[in-house]
Amino acid sequence: MALVLAPEPPVEGWLNALEAQIARSPSFFDGRPVVLDLAALPREQPDIAGLLKGLSARGVRIIGTEGAHPSWQGLEAWAPLHANSTRPPRVVEVPDERRSVSPAPITQQETNGLLIDHPVRSGQSVVFDKGDVTIVGSVASGAEVMAGGSIHVYGALRGRAIAGLTGNNRARIFCRKLEAELLAIDGVYQTADDMNATLRGRPVQAWLLGAAMTLATLD
Amino acid sequence: MATVLVVTSGKGGVGKTTSTAALGAALAQSGQNVVVVDFDVGLRNLDLVMGAERRVVFDLINVVQGDAKLPQALIRDKRIDTLSLLPASQTRDKDALTAEGVERVISELREKFDWVICDSPAGIERGAVLAMRHADAAVVVTNPEVSSVRDSDRIIGLLDSKTAKAERGERIDKHLLLTRYDPVRAGRGEMLNTDDVLEILSIPLLGIIPESEDVLRSSNIGTPVTMGNPTSAAARAYFEAARRLKGETLVVTVPAERRSLMGRLFGRRAVA
Repeated sequence: MALVLAPEPPVEGWLNALEAQIARSPSFFDGRPVVLDLAALPREQPDIAGLLKGLSARGVRIIGTEGAHPSWQGLEAWAPLHANSTRPPRVVEVPDERRSVSPAPITQQETNGLLIDHPVRSGQSVVFDKGDVTIVGSVASGAEVMAGGSIHVYGALRGRAIAGLTGNNRARIFCRKLEAELLAIDGVYQTADDMNATLRGRPVQAWLLGAAMTLATLD
Repeated sequence: MATVLVVTSGKGGVGKTTSTAALGAALAQSGQNVVVVDFDVGLRNLDLVMGAERRVVFDLINVVQGDAKLPQALIRDKRIDTLSLLPASQTRDKDALTAEGVERVISELREKFDWVICDSPAGIERGAVLAMRHADAAVVVTNPEVSSVRDSDRIIGLLDSKTAKAERGERIDKHLLLTRYDPVRAGRGEMLNTDDVLEILSIPLLGIIPESEDVLRSSNIGTPVTMGNPTSAAARAYFEAARRLKGETLVVTVPAERRSLMGRLFGRRAVA
């Protein structure tokens, strides 16, 4: 289970509050991976380096970030979960009727999802935050697929699949053969170690049941 | 119409240079005009495997930078006169390669030869990317082990995105060459089996080269195995791979070593 920490300005004060919380339950962060939600920080270059140093000094292990502005420096150092996506805030936008009057050329693909009809190779990253991603082929070990909606893999899923990128907790992950390194839906994730060993190699779907990820075979 | 072929893998030590030399010699023996080009600038080996290390005067870098003409740098093989070598420089590094220079050299080679076989350096950096840049087809050399397979997968991704052909929206032909295949260890389940590798990489199989002392011995004396020991199992596998490159359809088999009676009696080592 991933914890999400959302620092608020002023960072100094927030770190002190965090320290007080750690003092109350000292083992709370032990070995727990933490996702850092930076959306609340000011847009102008915040003190990322200071924040990261402050967190690591307090024993908080970070595995990824969300909501970071692409221009911010200092976030390249560690393997980020959402490094190449800026996650929009989890606020559902009310559809604006007037918007449909000015017809923006929206292609079928943009509205319905992204279809990839070749394997996703090691080192490749597919990011599509507008909807579902369907892959006809396999996702290799060391590759990652991130989708705003659900992820469908008609092949072996050996890399990482991160669904519900935009805060969609109804997103699911489907694959024909589960060999994944990591599955994540709306910030809740499981690594290969956490997964039930009997599911490996099977057709599987993953979804969120409350705050927990549930995996089950499809056959 | 010349075919530019890159022999690549991502991982080092899987047999790119050996395979370049063996495939080049096999194609040349069938009457094709072949040049093998060493792109491993700074760590050149192809000249050694081809037995031409004492004849290198000018190299790829000299031609890329315009210090020498292409015919001055090409070394024609003494045994097969349709086989030539363009050696790499040992004293420079990959930064000496320029994109424009490489493009010019490859297009000049296209006019002179039927096959231009580029021996890629290991890695996914500049040298490897420039070696694959102008390729029409690729031979992805892979050992039946997980790290090699994953690196090959990464390289296939680069072949589909960083080559000139891919940028024009065309598809580059990719062939899998499984090398250092040990049937005994594979039978014991100590190696990935061929089906697993093919399933992961999902590209067509060009051939399976058995792990063989003939290959190592040939490399060490500067004679590609298809030239020095053409009846060995490894050489036969390379000959078949070369025929598949030319478009023939042959069933891929795992060539077994033909052993003499004495070899069969004494060839097996004692198991501790």
